[in-house]
Amino acid sequence: MAETTTRESPPEFADAARDEASLRRFLHGLPGVDAVGVEQRSAGLATRSIKKDSKLWAIDLAISMVDLTTLEGSDTPGKVRSLCAKARRPEPGVPSVAAVCVYPDMVATAVEEVRGSGVGVASVATAFPSGRSSLRIKVADTELAVEAGATEIDMVIDRGAFLSGRYGKVFDEIRTIKAACGNTHLKVILETGELATYDNVRRASWLALLAGGDFIKTSTGKVSPAATLPVTNVMLQAVHDWHAATGELRGVKPAGGIRTTKDAIRHLVAVHEVAGEQWLDPHLFRFGASSLLNDLLMQRRTQLEGHYSGPDYVTVD
Amino acid sequence: MSDRVTVSKTYKLYLGGAFPRSESGRTYPVTDSRGKFLANAAQASRKDARDAVVAARSAFGKWSGATAYNRGQVLYRVAEVLEGRRDQFTAEVAAGEGVPTKRAQSLVDAAIDRWVWYAGWTDKIATVLGAANPVAGPYFSFSVPEPTGVVAVLAPQQSSLLGLVSVLAPVLAVGSTAVVVTSQERPLPAITLSEVLATSDVPGGVVNLLTGHTAELAPWLASHADVNALDLGGAPAELRTDLERSAAGTVKRVLRNPAAEPDWTNRPDISRLRAYVETKTVWHPMGV
Repeated sequence: MAETTTRESPPEFADAARDEASLRRFLHGLPGVDAVGVEQRSAGLATRSIKKDSKLWAIDLAISMVDLTTLEGSDTPGKVRSLCAKARRPEPGVPSVAAVCVYPDMVATAVEEVRGSGVGVASVATAFPSGRSSLRIKVADTELAVEAGATEIDMVIDRGAFLSGRYGKVFDEIRTIKAACGNTHLKVILETGELATYDNVRRASWLALLAGGDFIKTSTGKVSPAATLPVTNVMLQAVHDWHAATGELRGVKPAGGIRTTKDAIRHLVAVHEVAGEQWLDPHLFRFGASSLLNDLLMQRRTQLEGHYSGPDYVTVD
Repeated sequence: MSDRVTVSKTYKLYLGGAFPRSESGRTYPVTDSRGKFLANAAQASRKDARDAVVAARSAFGKWSGATAYNRGQVLYRVAEVLEGRRDQFTAEVAAGEGVPTKRAQSLVDAAIDRWVWYAGWTDKIATVLGAANPVAGPYFSFSVPEPTGVVAVLAPQQSSLLGLVSVLAPVLAVGSTAVVVTSQERPLPAITLSEVLATSDVPGGVVNLLTGHTAELAPWLASHADVNALDLGGAPAELRTDLERSAAGTVKRVLRNPAAEPDWTNRPDISRLRAYVETKTVWHPMGV
């Protein structure tokens, strides 16, 4: 932990990040999450009905927040190129998505395809999805993606270290990766499906924020359960509280398991109610998704044309 | 004899293999032919229709991919379960259609026979509608019928069981999946049929039965882009033109029927099977 003291944490939390013991004291001193309360609040907000113009606006906003993702062993340059084409222009008259999200070796292909379109290229790194490798490899993985031109890095935390209470190790790792990123945005994947409790989600969120992550992201999409509304709520509370304490704006990205427009709009309602209106912005909230985009496009058409659309009318990915 | 409090039923929809209430929470009373209360039925909304189409679409791959022989077995099994509910169907048909029990019985028997008849066609229809085409060239050319997809069926309003079976069974026999809007005033046999389907081997979502107002649901199904065919059988006369027009907007097959209901006891032919298939023709190069 020695070298971390030289980096600036926000003055409010300089103490918290001083060493392993104070980090532990700080994280365990966070108020516990009322599990029943957060689930009830999520369920309550999910019943809110968004109609007509507001729905259309929400759909367009959600499209502009999508990180269009393909993270398969079977990814080919051709598949990434077609994904990028869709990201740039999902459909005539529709905003482009926020970014495409690919493995590091595909970054160069994606960068070439989205150049000049305003669409970012996010790359997963640090031995995604398990995060089980040495720090050296993780840094190299990150540098590979950054040098290829990625504008955003999605790193995974070492869940094994986190769950066994070695918060300092996780903290240092995030710091080191952040340093390797330079100006590139860093999203920290907590993999909440493996963290077991809401309290852990809150601790991991704060840990990632303290260490300098620009975004906290729920999941890799490879573990079930992935993004759920209550988990997203806990993370939104963390960025909201972080902003209240430091004035800095940090983002949240639920990823995995959000497949329908209904789900997406429920998340947007939660963003508005839990974090605040200024988070309704692609710079501060993203959806990590692949099949969600097609559903958003279908629902958009339903709104505009007045009848239900079908999967025959959107691209097959 | 003690006075029992009657247990009056409030039925639900049959959607994706489950029995949900209508999303709208609405129900409407069903009466017999003389106006006596029989039960409450769910009054489906456009969102139920939407969900039904989603269920039918997701069931389509498996059902259309099953071997014709297997589909025949599954449908025959439905006929067996229908047979077991014969008395219940007879009572419901008699009450709903206002016919004497004897006549209701023969209608139910005809419906079961009709189901068996269509079950037999599953593995024979390809040989009748398909062909090895004589072509001028070194090709082996053959045509095979393939299921159309999701079929929206507006079931006959008068004949609540035999009519329903006559329009539903051919959809299933060729491997398409169905969203059925049942007879509005006489939905009970259809509801019992859904209980039969749920307890036989038909995969959930292959048949979805919506009770409610045909005039309310039909336009949404006719314009739905993920519905591939529409049977106008039970559509209100004044809506038919509009329904055809909006079905044309998404290029659906439309099965037009005479405005008056046919006599369903007449011997059927394969025209309804033909209505729900698309012909695929393959040109295969022959050896050099």
